[in-house]
Amino acid sequence: MSATIENAPKIHGGGPSIESPRSKRSPRSTKTNFELYGWLFMRLSGVLLVVLVLGHLLIQLVLDGGVSKIGFAFVAGRWASPFWQSWDLIMLWLAELHGVNGLRTIINDYAERDQTRFWLKALLYTSALIVLFLGTLVIFTFDPNIGN
Amino acid sequence: MTAVVEETAPGTGHGSTAAERDHTPIVITLRIRRFNPETDAEPYWQDFKVEADPTERILTAMMKIKAEQDGSLTFRRSCAHGICGSDAMRINGRNRLACKTLVKDLDMAKPITVEAIKGLKLEKDLVVDMDPFMQAYKDVMPFLITSGNEPTRERLQSPEDRERFDDTTKCILCAACTTSCPVFWSDGQYFGPAAIVNAHRFIFDSRDEGAEERLEILNEKEGVWRCRTTFNCTEACPRGIEVTKAIQEVKRALIFRRV
Ligand code: HEM
Ligand code: SF4
Ligand code: FES
Repeated sequence: MSATIENAPKIHGGGPSIESPRSKRSPRSTKTNFELYGWLFMRLSGVLLVVLVLGHLLIQLVLDGGVSKIGFAFVAGRWASPFWQSWDLIMLWLAELHGVNGLRTIINDYAERDQTRFWLKALLYTSALIVLFLGTLVIFTFDPNIGN
Repeated sequence: MTAVVEETAPGTGHGSTAAERDHTPIVITLRIRRFNPETDAEPYWQDFKVEADPTERILTAMMKIKAEQDGSLTFRRSCAHGICGSDAMRINGRNRLACKTLVKDLDMAKPITVEAIKGLKLEKDLVVDMDPFMQAYKDVMPFLITSGNEPTRERLQSPEDRERFDDTTKCILCAACTTSCPVFWSDGQYFGPAAIVNAHRFIFDSRDEGAEERLEILNEKEGVWRCRTTFNCTEACPRGIEVTKAIQEVKRALIFRRV
C-alpha cells in the first residue's frame, strides 16, 4: 500500500496564478464550497444527533421497562403523533446523511484507485437512497390497522 | 515545547542520574531503518552501539556513527541547531529534529529507533523526496502579494496586527508536521499542515492582499477540510507552533469569509 502512496504524483490545481503586478486581482474563484458545507454539516448534524439519538435510545431501551415494551402497539402509538413522526424522520435523514458523508471521507482517505473510489461511492450512495426512501416511506405510510 | 519530551524509564529521567550530572558517556543503541535503493528491495533495521553523553543530541550520535562505523549512513543536516529544518526524522515513533532531541530525554536503556519521516517517498536511509511537500508549500503562494504601486516607505504594521500571525512565522519547513498527519499518510494529495501554516502566515498579515486567493486554494477538495483535528502536527512541531490552531483559524476565516 505504501508504495503506491509514495509514488503517487502530487497535483495541486496547476500551481499558483500570479498576475503581472499591475493587472487587476483575479475575481473570486467560482469553485464550490462543497467541502466547507460538508464539514459544517458534520458538526451541526452531530449536535442535533446527540439529542435525537440519545433521546431515542433512552425512550426505546431504558424508560418504561426497556426493550421488552417494544412491539407493534408501541410503535403504532408513537407514530400516531406528528411529533414522534418528525423526530424519527429528522433522525433518519440526519443520521443517514451524516454517516454517508463520514464514509465518503473515509473512502477518500483509503481508496487509492479512481475505479475503487467510484464503485465504493456508487455503492454508498445507492444504499443511502434505498435507506432514505424506505425509511421515509414507512414513517409516512405506516398503517396502524395493518395487523387487523 | 511538547515536541521533544517523552516519558523516560525510571532512573533515566531529567536531572536524576549521576551519569547525567557528571556527563559520563554511556553506550546507547540506535536502531536505524536503513534503505539503499541500489541494493535493498525493502528497508531494514540495523543496530548501532555508540558512546554518547546523555546531554548530547541524537544528531551527534548519528554523525559519530557515520564518521566511525558506517560512512554510508545517509541523512540530511545542515545547521545542527534547529533552524534549517533538514533533519526531521521519526525518533522512537515520533517526528522530531535529530538536532534538538537529547539522548537523556529518551529511554536510554532501550534501543532508540530512528527512521525516515513517513508519507514521502523514501530515497535512502533517512532521506525522503521533499518535492511534493515543497510543491504544496509553493501552491499556497508563500510570498507577499500586493496591488498598486510600491509605497515609498516601509509597509508599517501595528504590533496587534503582527501578533495575529506571529506563531506561523516561526516555521522552518522541516515537514515534521505534515509527515505526522494520518490524512497525509493515506491521502498524499492533501496540502498538509505545513502548507496551511505558511498560508496562514500571509492570510492574516494585514499588509498582504492575497488572502482571498489563498483561502480559495485551501477551500478546495484537498485543502483545510481534509483536516480531522488529530493534533499530531501540533505535537510534532519542533518550533512549538500551534499548528492545529492555525488550521482552525483558516477554517474559521473561510466560514465567516472575513479575515
Ligand atoms: C451522536 C452524536 C454524533 C456526533 C456529535 C457526531 C459528530 C461527528 C463529527 C463532528 C464528525 C466529523 C469528524 C471530523 O471531521 O474529524 C463525525 C464523523 C463521522 N460520523 Fe458522527 N456524530 C454523531 C453520530 C453519528 C452516527 C449516528 C453515525 C452513523 C450513522 C456517525 C457516523 C460518522 C462517520 C462514519 C464519521 C466519519 C469519521 C471520520 O471522519 O473518520 N456519527 N461525527
Ligand atoms: S509547522 Fe512546525 S513541524 Fe511543520 S514544517 Fe513548520 S516547523 Fe516543521
Ligand atoms: S540540522 Fe538544521 S534543523 Fe536540525
